[in-house]
Amino acid sequence: MQNHPVFTDNDPQTEYSTLNLGPTHPATHGVFQNVLTMDGERIVNGVSTIGYIHRAFEKIAEHRPFYQITPLTDRMNYCSSPINNMGWHMTVEKMLGIQMPKRVDYMRVIIMELARISDHIVCNSILGVDTGALTGFTYMMKYREHIYEVFEEICGSRLTTNIGRIGGFERNFNHIAFEKIRSFLKIFPPNLKEFEALFNRNRIFVDRTKDVAAVTAETALSYSWSGPLLRAAGVDYDVRAMEPYSSYEDFDFEIPVGTNGDVYNRFLVRNEEMWQSMRLIEQALNKIEKEDPNIFHADVPEFYLPPKEEVYNNMEALIYHFKIVMGEVPTPHTEVYHAVEGANGELGFYLVNDGGRSPYRLHFRRPSFINYQMYAPMSQGMLLSDAIINMSSLNVIAGELDA
Amino acid sequence: MTKITNEELLNSITAKFAGVTSVGEPFGLLTIETSREEIIDLLTFLKTDAKLQFIFLTDITAIHYPKQEKQIGVIYHLHSLVNNVRIRVKVFMDENDLHIPSATVLWDGANWMERETYDFFGVLFDGHPDLRRILNVDDMTVFPMRKEFPLEDPNRVDKRDYFFGR
Repeated sequence: MQNHPVFTDNDPQTEYSTLNLGPTHPATHGVFQNVLTMDGERIVNGVSTIGYIHRAFEKIAEHRPFYQITPLTDRMNYCSSPINNMGWHMTVEKMLGIQMPKRVDYMRVIIMELARISDHIVCNSILGVDTGALTGFTYMMKYREHIYEVFEEICGSRLTTNIGRIGGFERNFNHIAFEKIRSFLKIFPPNLKEFEALFNRNRIFVDRTKDVAAVTAETALSYSWSGPLLRAAGVDYDVRAMEPYSSYEDFDFEIPVGTNGDVYNRFLVRNEEMWQSMRLIEQALNKIEKEDPNIFHADVPEFYLPPKEEVYNNMEALIYHFKIVMGEVPTPHTEVYHAVEGANGELGFYLVNDGGRSPYRLHFRRPSFINYQMYAPMSQGMLLSDAIINMSSLNVIAGELDA
Repeated sequence: MTKITNEELLNSITAKFAGVTSVGEPFGLLTIETSREEIIDLLTFLKTDAKLQFIFLTDITAIHYPKQEKQIGVIYHLHSLVNNVRIRVKVFMDENDLHIPSATVLWDGANWMERETYDFFGVLFDGHPDLRRILNVDDMTVFPMRKEFPLEDPNRVDKRDYFFGR
């Protein structure tokens, strides 16, 4: 790493100590192990060990029908599972050639942007905690709770949402959900402003984060970084703008970029992304009002499970129900790569299908896994306390890291 | 910047590399196949060519087709952020000889992607600085994503395809 040369001074002390940071350390927020060689408080070298919560999702997915893979995606980045769910639905829909009605696209945009906000809330407020400022955390967590209430209203669950279905949503948003989204848009901005006022120009916070773990755009690209981390380094790559999915092309939003990719830049980029997400939600709410309020799924009876009452009373619905559940619907022999902008970066699904009831091969391009590999090399020469903040701002989620 | 069409892209590649064949473009994503002798030259060309500029390595993974002559395929996804075009490159190899040159000379990020591919499929990336298992335990002896390793009890028959008329 050119930014952080290994600490080679003329210190006569040649004996280094080994420090196990993790697998369960309160400062790492998850199951991460790094075996560090320490020279006093400075890191000389580090080796990351991952895989502590590997659950073989790719193998399990080869044995499950498509709609049963959605709950697996929940458990990758569990701070923003709706984005994973939607990404998976869209991958399958792309493979099957299902065109979504506009209203469903906009509903998905709302869900994904809410999830992005909740993910960034966690990352940025925890970053505050790691620098010693617990206040911001207590301010912000309340609003993640508000977002989870919206999810609960829509799909019945909060963290591992399993939201939506292949072909649309399992049910329409009710009026309480819309009210909660609207009230979120009203009460969250003043709070976020307050949060920014608390941190952005706070001397202690800026001193702790500025120029810590700075990354050049070239290095970030070479390590295949994506998402807020890459944008903080100054590259305006956002899947939502480059390859719009779910009608993102209909929306007006900006892509915030940083300059030198340090922890402070990442913090600012994430905060700005929350503002942009709120803009997107507001636009989506306005667009939804112009659409038919009863549409919440595409008209694809061979892939979208019919409502239960119809299964019991309607012959066609029963046939389709049986065919979907037993995996009797023919699917194309093809391969598809679909990427969505996850909260941590490009979340890709590479699906190879052989026409069977489950994928022949499914690979997840997990941003946390790819972003995290720079962590040990970039920690060389860093102070341990800076390395902790760096990990916090990488926002690596253990579930996504290990799949 | 005008977007490069897949046809132009394929032409500029085949002009340089005779061994490259197109295997279709599912959903607009050009997929080409090459040999392991050519792969690093091809990736270098794709990355450094002034017009193409596939500077972003999206992913490296593998796939196993036990019934094919060359069973294991390594699959690269590249993205040209300048032209906003993606490309998929495949290299197929025999199960008993899984050596392929490492792409870590081009992208630092290839390191863990190749370790993951080694871990699950046993593909040996020559020249990789640290080819160890990454997600599975170090003393594991098999490569679990290959098709011969069943997830469930292999004697179980109720999920076999012929029960579903396939």
